[in-house]
Amino acid sequence: MTSTEIAAVRPARTPRRSGPRNTLTRSSGLGLGIAMIWFSALVLIPLAAVVVTAADGGWQAFWNTITGPQTAAAIRLTVFTALGVTAVNVVMGPLIAWVLVRDRFWGKSVLEVMIDIPFALPTIVAGLVLLSLYGNADSPLGIDIANERPAVFLAFLFVTLPFVVRMVQPVLEELELDVEEAAASLGASRFTTFRRIILPSLTPAITAGAALSFARGVSEYGSLVLLSGNLPFKTEVTSVRILSSIENDNVVAAASVATVLLAISLAVIVLLDVIQRRVAARG
Amino acid sequence: MADTLVHDVTEPAPVPERRRPPRVRKTPTTYALRLVATAYLFLLVAWPVSLVVTNTFADGVGSITSLFEDPDMVVALQLSAYVAVWSVVINTLFGVGISLLLVRYEFPGKRLLNALLDLPLSVSPIVVGLALVLVYGGRNGWLGPTLAGWGLEVIFSTPGIIMATTFVALPLMIRELVPVLEEIGVEQEQAAQSLGANGLQRFWRITLPSIRWGIVYGVVLTLARSLGEFGAVKVVSGNVLGQTRTATLAVEEKYLNFDQQGAYATAFLLAMVSVACIVIVAIIRPKNHA
Repeated sequence: MTSTEIAAVRPARTPRRSGPRNTLTRSSGLGLGIAMIWFSALVLIPLAAVVVTAADGGWQAFWNTITGPQTAAAIRLTVFTALGVTAVNVVMGPLIAWVLVRDRFWGKSVLEVMIDIPFALPTIVAGLVLLSLYGNADSPLGIDIANERPAVFLAFLFVTLPFVVRMVQPVLEELELDVEEAAASLGASRFTTFRRIILPSLTPAITAGAALSFARGVSEYGSLVLLSGNLPFKTEVTSVRILSSIENDNVVAAASVATVLLAISLAVIVLLDVIQRRVAARG
Repeated sequence: MADTLVHDVTEPAPVPERRRPPRVRKTPTTYALRLVATAYLFLLVAWPVSLVVTNTFADGVGSITSLFEDPDMVVALQLSAYVAVWSVVINTLFGVGISLLLVRYEFPGKRLLNALLDLPLSVSPIVVGLALVLVYGGRNGWLGPTLAGWGLEVIFSTPGIIMATTFVALPLMIRELVPVLEEIGVEQEQAAQSLGANGLQRFWRITLPSIRWGIVYGVVLTLARSLGEFGAVKVVSGNVLGQTRTATLAVEEKYLNFDQQGAYATAFLLAMVSVACIVIVAIIRPKNHA
């Protein structure tokens, strides 16, 4: 590294509007090159291969594959369940985050840990875990939804739990209590304070968390294997559909359906980027 | 000497203390919300997870010890650990490098790269597996036959499992490090440079100590994610008993073969590791994230 290197470094957060600049030095450029080769070999080229393989069959074949009755049913089930789960998360996420930030009670730190468990727990274990309470002849609750549609909903609900909570929590922590108190002292009711003061500042975080939780739901596989039974037209989700195409050696069909999922992931990534810029611009 | 230096450097610029006294009014709403949140998490997470523990030990510790007497199961656990270690090493090196580049430099395409790095978090594990098979598959892949010609089998073998696992865990380290690097800024490095430290010294003495907790979180999260990967590994591994079957694949196999005890015991081991990872992060994080 040369001495110009540090001099060239600028604080990361300065707002700039001057188009793409390049402050790479020789050694950092080399590092970027190596990193990009690895990232391409691992992520970009393989994902491109999915899209290219899907395109190989032509537009008509692609369209026929994704509108075939069984595949279309799987995509519908996945998307609508993920939307429903996201709606639940949009309500429960901020609620849990509010309790974690503003409330104080014994055992709160246990709740903190519980939020992260679905993120770290292997998905196949998550399926087994839910099965033991909600999908079992001798379930302590007497509920058995294994191989039923609610099982898909439940599995999505479990794996997407952390996203909205963890996005909203830091924003809520930063929020000044004084502003709310000022609003209250000027006669605003608690509901008005919530609607006019708290909610607007949380909206970007909630949207970002909702987008992540939707993307995660749509792409879920592991937790459903044991729980949902993967019954065609009933509980078969998109990922399972792709896997059975792979196992039948129908790579083009698998890639076609996978392209649909990739498009959803990309849309979410773009949405997140836009939100991030908005928040950063607002300061 | 190193100790004091490290200590001084690690502490971020003293942020004005903003710990508020507990000023929350305890209204009925507060209690209602607390009750709803606790009940929701209890029903969705705590109760189901605790059932795995009770199911595992329903017949004593026998189910755990019998796991370690099954040679194929031992191979599966070893493979999972081996793959997870590789994934952590690769993602740590890549993550530290790319985070430094993203935070400290400007280059064309940076915004695009920044967005693409998050992609593995939202791509379905099955799609990850499919994507790797399409490129590295031994028979029809784009690069697979060439690599096979060099004697490197990727798909249906350990390198493929490592790649699939590394893929899905890739963003975790970067997401931990970028905010930390943005927070610490470059003033201390500039000071060190003006005192004559070279690039390597600045990295080892200043950058690395200030981001070490970020790296620790990243490693723990990457480890948990890597040990638990299932879908992508299922596609690329071929799931050969005693060779390419990982611990997560063994859970499914055992459950479907009516070996519920074995499935619960394996699941318990995996859950223990991931819960331990979460608890470790929860314990060390508050001290450093003011």
